Amino acid sequence: MSAAEEVVAEGHQAVEAVPKRAMTLGTGTSLVVLAALIIMPVFVKNFIIFQMTMLLIYGLAVLALNILTGGSGQFSLGQSAFYAVGAYTTAVLMEHFNVNYALTLPIAGVVCFGFGFLFGQPALRLSGVYLALATFALATAMPQLLKLNFLEHWTGGVQGLVVTKPDAPFGLPMSQDMWLYYFSLAVVLAIYIFSVNLLRSRSGRAFMAIRDNEIAASAMGVDVALYKTLAFGVSAAITGIAGSLGAIAVQFVAPDSYTITLAISLFLGMVVGGVGWLPGSIVGAAFIIFVPNMAEGISKGLSGAVFGVLLFLVIYLVPHGARQIAILGQQLVGRLRKN
Amino acid sequence: MTAVRFQVAALWAAFVLCTAMGGPALAQKKYDSGASDTEIKIGNIMPYSGPASAYAAIGKAEEAYFNKINAEGGIGGRKIKFISYDDGYSPPKTVEQARKLVESDGVLLIFGSLGTSTNGAIRKYMNEKKVPQLFVASGASKWNDPKQYPWTMGWQPSYASEARIYAKYVMTEKPDGKIGVLYQNDDFGKDYLKGLKDGLGPKASMIVLEDGYDTSEPAIDEHVVKLKASGADILISITTPKFAAQAIKKAAEINWHPVHIISNVSASVGGVLEPAGLEISQGILSATYSKDGSDPQWNADDGMKKFYNFVAQYDPKANKLDAGVAFGYAAAQTMVKVLQMCGDDLTRDNVMKQAASLKDFEPDTLLPGIKINTAADNFAPIEQLQMMRFKGRKWELFGDIISSEIGH
Repeated sequence: MSAAEEVVAEGHQAVEAVPKRAMTLGTGTSLVVLAALIIMPVFVKNFIIFQMTMLLIYGLAVLALNILTGGSGQFSLGQSAFYAVGAYTTAVLMEHFNVNYALTLPIAGVVCFGFGFLFGQPALRLSGVYLALATFALATAMPQLLKLNFLEHWTGGVQGLVVTKPDAPFGLPMSQDMWLYYFSLAVVLAIYIFSVNLLRSRSGRAFMAIRDNEIAASAMGVDVALYKTLAFGVSAAITGIAGSLGAIAVQFVAPDSYTITLAISLFLGMVVGGVGWLPGSIVGAAFIIFVPNMAEGISKGLSGAVFGVLLFLVIYLVPHGARQIAILGQQLVGRLRKN
Repeated sequence: MTAVRFQVAALWAAFVLCTAMGGPALAQKKYDSGASDTEIKIGNIMPYSGPASAYAAIGKAEEAYFNKINAEGGIGGRKIKFISYDDGYSPPKTVEQARKLVESDGVLLIFGSLGTSTNGAIRKYMNEKKVPQLFVASGASKWNDPKQYPWTMGWQPSYASEARIYAKYVMTEKPDGKIGVLYQNDDFGKDYLKGLKDGLGPKASMIVLEDGYDTSEPAIDEHVVKLKASGADILISITTPKFAAQAIKKAAEINWHPVHIISNVSASVGGVLEPAGLEISQGILSATYSKDGSDPQWNADDGMKKFYNFVAQYDPKANKLDAGVAFGYAAAQTMVKVLQMCGDDLTRDNVMKQAASLKDFEPDTLLPGIKINTAADNFAPIEQLQMMRFKGRKWELFGDIISSEIGH
């Protein structure tokens, strides 16, 4: 085995085996979190509701990456490309074809599933760092592709497209922001339940078998090629739906919105939230949205450096991210009960 | 009895007099969110981090300028509170920060935010909320659209304005010339090309070849060769710095010496002309609207003296050779002027009304003779530039200040 191959083989183990029950929260805790998410908008300003909506949306995108990396063990630095495709699908359908915003979501999901599945085909031959690089290329290429001349009529080129924000339906007495929040919450909840079930299903077990040991998985009769591309497809579809929601919430799409920085932010969110721990996605999203604001509050000129220090602290103190804190909390509660 | 009556009557008279005098005085003080007797809150969004962070100098200069105004007593006794956030040049983040400024900090207006797509992302929101989005720091011509977006206004000359000035120059100096246009194939290049054609009007047939390049191309040599072959004797180079330098080099290499005009974006001596070669850059033309902080001819200029003093006292870390510092200074000066014109009526309506009634205002760091004028149907504050020619190691201004308005 050459040195490079050894590195790749080690890279595989970077995603440690997470038992499937440890991937979710207990029923009680889940319900408490859900209740908090439902009640919260009543008490806060529209601006905070908007931030919470963005939290849900980025949380969804991080969740998608979590299924891919935490579930099937494949890396991706190209999630921003899928996010962009979803966002643009929604924006173009809404603005050029007057399609209802809710209908654009499944369409964006299907388009991105196809896109992700197709990209998964060549990606099959790559693993570890090489796969990360291939997806990186996708992320760097996407903003330029969106500026292409023959697409400009639809995408608006560099100028981007402005998206109309939907009003609450049935004359419900709530602001646009609040309606969009509840709409996003419903979508995120549905996809979360779907993801949890997916990972507990036969397909989910196949993903994890591939993650833990590809050769053993194929010996057990798992169609490695199929399940790897499937994981890419599912992840891309969910990211695309997150992108759609993002386009509606921000009311604007432009190539500058979907650069490699977004892909790296999502990757960061996954690591901070805990690789393979689905509820951690929301914690990771909170980190990528709120910590830069905090860093800016500490020092405007050095916000990047402050952010770096905070990130370093998180990785050094809690390398498994929010999951580690959750486990510590659980142990503490357990000990208190014994006493 | 009569005495009492007289007293009552006098009291009444005094009361009526008081209300009559106090009434208008009270009515004059009108405020929207973000303004009060003691404070005016101004929001701003800048790329302090990310790919465009070189522009952060603008935001810092603006903050320093408002500090100077506050130190001198503020505007009508009101101190300016300048709240500036970082968006890292990412449009979704701009939306978040704009909403934070408007809904959480409650600013009166957002001033001088930087970038075309970033400002594009918040334009609709600002107009829906009816919050002024003043003096956008971007050269796109779309900020001058008072009918559709009555709450958004640009500041610097748009790319289209600049191009119209080159059109005017070419039509008077070389009416029989053949123009070859090398342009960057994006919003910047297209805005420019449209301005050029508008400026040429019926003489647009002077253009013999329009050749676009993409920023992803490593070199644009072929385009220059093609332009030479078209027989053009005027080259208008609508390029960003790297490509402008390549075009200058290539033209010299193939021994082509047209009248060469480069866009203001690429008119940097250190960034473009030096790398291309000072020798072959002699005689190149461009246009500008602000005084160059590195040019000694302004050392005795009153406006620049004020500017240099300001940098020394309030923004000592800034590099005064950085064009962004002079830019931020002049933009902030315009903002202060508008607020002074508002008097005690600090409503958002009145801020837009006053911003659209600037008459012949001359900030310190703009070229002498360049005046800011706006009207209800003209949201493009700076529309004049002066042509300049590269000679020796620096630009030399020549000719009159030219206005880009069509038909002048």
